[in-house]
Amino acid sequence: MADITSNTGANFVPTEPRPAPAAIRPGPMTWLKENLFNTWYNAILTLVGIWVLASIIPGLIDWFVLNALWEAAPADACREITGACGAFVYEKWRFILFGTYPFEQQWRPGAAVILFIGLVVLSCFKPMWNRSLLVIWPIGLAACWILLSGGIFGLDHVPNNLWGGLPITLMLAVLGCLIAFPISIFLALGRRSNMPIIKAFCVGYIELIRGVPLITILFMASVMFPLFMPEGVTIDKLLRAQVAIIMFAAAYLAEVVRGGLQAIPKGQYEAADAMGLSYWQSMVFIILPQALKITIPPQVNTFIGMFKDTSLVLIVGIFDLMFTMRGAIQDLEWRNYYKEGFVFVAIIYFVFCYSMSKYSQWLESELHRGHKRL
Amino acid sequence: MATTAPAETAASTMGTSEVITMAGVNKWYGDFHVLKDIDFSVKSGERIVVCGPSGSGKSTLIRCINRLEEHQEGNIVVDGIELTDNIKNIDAVRAEVGMVFQHFNLFPHLSVMDNCTLAPIWVKKQPKAEAETTAMKYLERVRIADQAMKYPGQLSGGQQQRVAIARALCMNPKIMLFDEPTSALDPEIVKEVLDTMVDLAKEGMTMICVTHEMGFAKAVADRVIFMDQGEIVEQNEPNAFFDNPQNERTQAFLDQIL
Repeated sequence: MADITSNTGANFVPTEPRPAPAAIRPGPMTWLKENLFNTWYNAILTLVGIWVLASIIPGLIDWFVLNALWEAAPADACREITGACGAFVYEKWRFILFGTYPFEQQWRPGAAVILFIGLVVLSCFKPMWNRSLLVIWPIGLAACWILLSGGIFGLDHVPNNLWGGLPITLMLAVLGCLIAFPISIFLALGRRSNMPIIKAFCVGYIELIRGVPLITILFMASVMFPLFMPEGVTIDKLLRAQVAIIMFAAAYLAEVVRGGLQAIPKGQYEAADAMGLSYWQSMVFIILPQALKITIPPQVNTFIGMFKDTSLVLIVGIFDLMFTMRGAIQDLEWRNYYKEGFVFVAIIYFVFCYSMSKYSQWLESELHRGHKRL
Repeated sequence: MATTAPAETAASTMGTSEVITMAGVNKWYGDFHVLKDIDFSVKSGERIVVCGPSGSGKSTLIRCINRLEEHQEGNIVVDGIELTDNIKNIDAVRAEVGMVFQHFNLFPHLSVMDNCTLAPIWVKKQPKAEAETTAMKYLERVRIADQAMKYPGQLSGGQQQRVAIARALCMNPKIMLFDEPTSALDPEIVKEVLDTMVDLAKEGMTMICVTHEMGFAKAVADRVIFMDQGEIVEQNEPNAFFDNPQNERTQAFLDQIL
């Protein structure tokens, strides 16, 4: 190197770095012109967009706010207004949230729901990701169960065919996904296994379950399954639906996880092998942490889908949130206010699904912190 | 680069016992005959450089030694253990053989330290503190101890490859395999990795290195092997190999790369 520079007599001196030129912030009129009216077709799209919004929003405001009745009132009061009948929600919210659970005991499902959500939220924080979860979850779930079912601690026993609404939806969805998740990992690993029997079982399971609608599986679980059981043996209907949802979610999640496994470069497997790590060691320490991290978006996609799909359990006579809402509008007095019912339930679903979505975004950036993929 | 006379170092460190023997090894990828009747042995402490055109089977050859690739015919014995389908044998061999890859293959989700201690803790069942002490020792040796808490993605290519060497050394291997360790590096960074490998060679590590760094071969190799189309065409000690190749194919190859 040195002889080359001495030949020419020149020496490389790096130029001092300069700051990037400051971005010019356009004024509002310039911004409008550049972004909304920069071409003739964008101008048309902008005008159409304004027209669509102008024709929807006033109606929504009228219905939701101006002509609405947001207070406890008899159904007759709602007949005199043209907007949303908030009185319906005031009247029926407890039935929608808790279904046919005995009215004066409804603090119990309420407490169970709060406890359950608390459990989930607590598990979302990084400092909690340790063995303490293995203690907290069984205790928390047992407490929820005692609250709902009763029979001890002076709580009246409430059979689970009276349970309904939000506790059912949350239980089916959250427990379904939580239990399906580890199963799906085994299914995904099994599908990539070299062992023919394990591979065949996993491929068969995934393709079979994915190939039929959830409704079919719920029907099988609730109608056909009891036919195969020996006489006198009955398995709780709610449990059967829960198992059906777990089986269904596991098949879908397995394919998501398999996609993640395939995305991990071969070199990672080889490095783990070359160091003498066993199959399970390399999966647990090397492959799965990376594969599960990159599949967070499709996993959450599946979770959100499952959360809403639990509304299908009404087919087999389990009273989830959607079912109790429909039950609420069966009341002759309030039967015209199904719009309010649907909006109320939609808001509940949205809050849960949107929280999941936001949490997954946070989780991605959290797991990404400090290092990037090679 | 340091130019230690190879004869000198060879005499001082090379033992007489053979740690790797390959006899009549054949391997096919589908119909493609990638290794043809390979007979090859390595003595303890010997430093071997394998070169040859791409597709000649040189990577496959060394990957058969720790069973990343399976051979279909012939015998491979590493440190007295024959490589068969027996998983115990494979694991025993892998615990003795360290490998460094062209693309480093560090674990991106683990810190440099965790990359180095994972296998000692879980394969060799070392206590964590002991594994970390060992890891720091080797990280210092490859001059990267100050980066121990960083993640691989935060390091340059040369630093990553030195971590990969330290990671392999943490298992205290008897044999080190290098599969084109400098091919993916910027030209200016190649030297820092080669220097690390030269240091290792001087300490008497048994090394098999697939590389086209002929300066490295001249400096440290006891024997240079030239492969083409799945066969060992020629092998000799480096001076004779480079100055007086016996085979025309070897000559043609050396004309291309030197």
